[in-house]
Amino acid sequence: MEFLSGHGAYIAAAYGLSALVLGALTGWIIAERRKLRRALSALEASGVRRRSRPR
Amino acid sequence: MSIMDYANPSRFLALSGRLLPWLTGLTVLFLAAGLYMSFFTAPADYQQGQTVRIMFIHVPSAWIAMACYTLIAMSALGTLVWRHPLADVSAKAAAPIGAAFTFLALVTGSIWGKPMWGAWWVWDARLTSVLVLFFLYLGLVALWQSFDEPARAGRSAAILALVGFVNVPIIKFSVDWWNTLHQPASVMRLDGPAIHYTILLPLLTMAIAYTLLFLTLHMAAMRNEILRRRVRSLMQQRADAAQNIAADAGQGGVGQNVGQPTEQEA
Amino acid sequence: MSSFSALLKRDLRLAMRQGGGAGMAIGFFLIVVSMVPLGVGPDLNLLARVAPGLLWAALLLAALLTLDRIFQADYEDGSLDAIVMGSMPLELAAAAKSLAHWITTGVPLALSAPLMGIILNLEPRAIGPLALTMLVGTPAISFIGAIGAALTLVLRRGGLLTAVLVMPLYVPVLIFGVSAVKAAVSGPVPFEAPFLILAALSLASVVLSPLAAAAALRAALH
Repeated sequence: MEFLSGHGAYIAAAYGLSALVLGALTGWIIAERRKLRRALSALEASGVRRRSRPR
Repeated sequence: MSIMDYANPSRFLALSGRLLPWLTGLTVLFLAAGLYMSFFTAPADYQQGQTVRIMFIHVPSAWIAMACYTLIAMSALGTLVWRHPLADVSAKAAAPIGAAFTFLALVTGSIWGKPMWGAWWVWDARLTSVLVLFFLYLGLVALWQSFDEPARAGRSAAILALVGFVNVPIIKFSVDWWNTLHQPASVMRLDGPAIHYTILLPLLTMAIAYTLLFLTLHMAAMRNEILRRRVRSLMQQRADAAQNIAADAGQGGVGQNVGQPTEQEA
Repeated sequence: MSSFSALLKRDLRLAMRQGGGAGMAIGFFLIVVSMVPLGVGPDLNLLARVAPGLLWAALLLAALLTLDRIFQADYEDGSLDAIVMGSMPLELAAAAKSLAHWITTGVPLALSAPLMGIILNLEPRAIGPLALTMLVGTPAISFIGAIGAALTLVLRRGGLLTAVLVMPLYVPVLIFGVSAVKAAVSGPVPFEAPFLILAALSLASVVLSPLAAAAALRAALH
């Protein structure tokens, strides 16, 4: 690709790092969601019911 | 009372659940278009050559970094003034995301600076103010993490966010002052009058894409935070219930009740 | 107003009786300052050039370590609860305690800075402006620092967190303090320009910070 001539490494590094960080952020949020859903359904299965919050 | 209609976390979960797929789709669409444009339709700049393409992700990151802090400050007002139950969920969810975008603005700026300025880091006024903004984000995240109880952390973090927000313009002003004192000639000016539309269009598209991405991530993180608090309160309920049963069972026994307060403390 | 001065006097008396507080901060200040030539080398010209900035940065570090003393002792022995319950507005109480911190820590640090300047080969004509800017700038350090101290009051390991929260807010004070000293020595801007901005920053933080510190105390003690 001709645009990688010259300062291609810098461009690749900038885009690569952005993809890495934003990908990790997205992955973290998705993983958290799975974990929380599992914990919630486990709690509900064990018979704890939500009542109006204390306080 | 229209704001209060959405104050109910359950209603927020339902509404955001319906919105989230659309937001995600839009984000992907704009990201794809923006990336295509920034690599294939945007020409190389006559001064900066190909590295101008870094601008298409650097400027939107910086824009989100600032917009996110504004959002946190507004949420902080919501927490302190209206005690809106979702406000501190919003602020807490936004802080790490904003920190990530600020970090990206710094890193892409630094990578862009190397071929332009010949150094990975120059104490340019903008880079420096964004660095201080990054520190403000780190402080917020650290404060959130230091509290065990989300409700208690919410008010403290809101105060910190507002104090930081008041200080951002002062910091910006002082860094600008400091910078002009030390390096009078600016090496590079982005905000020149003539940005050609072949550069402007991909930049705008990427800015919209990043905004959508931020909104998507923020909404998803808010949903997570609500779930996290539910799990927390359920766990507490279960622990309370177990303690009550133990207390009932130990009613006749000696020593059972004596040990309990310390258990609760721990 | 009488309750303000009563609280101020009480804090000053306590600080005097405990002693060691300002002395420890000055000792730390001296150690940080003397680390620098050991790090960058004993080149006197270089040291003279960086001395104002270095002294200011070291002063910030030394002041940071003392911030927890603004509220910590009163929180631990319960007198802070009495202050919160009392008739005096909490904002005023926070201001009194910040002021006491400035008098017991900020002023001694600012006055000792010119002495530290000697080992950094600070130019003689910078000594006056340095002490003056530090005297004018340290109220901002105490009053803004009180916000951080109040926010981290109930946390067990608050000290490091206080530094992380407060340090970015000190950036303008540092910049204008050092700029004023440098302007007095070598120009190009007149001394008054950065100095007056520094004074404005200090005044604004004296007025506004107690509001935030009081709000933080209420959030922490609820």
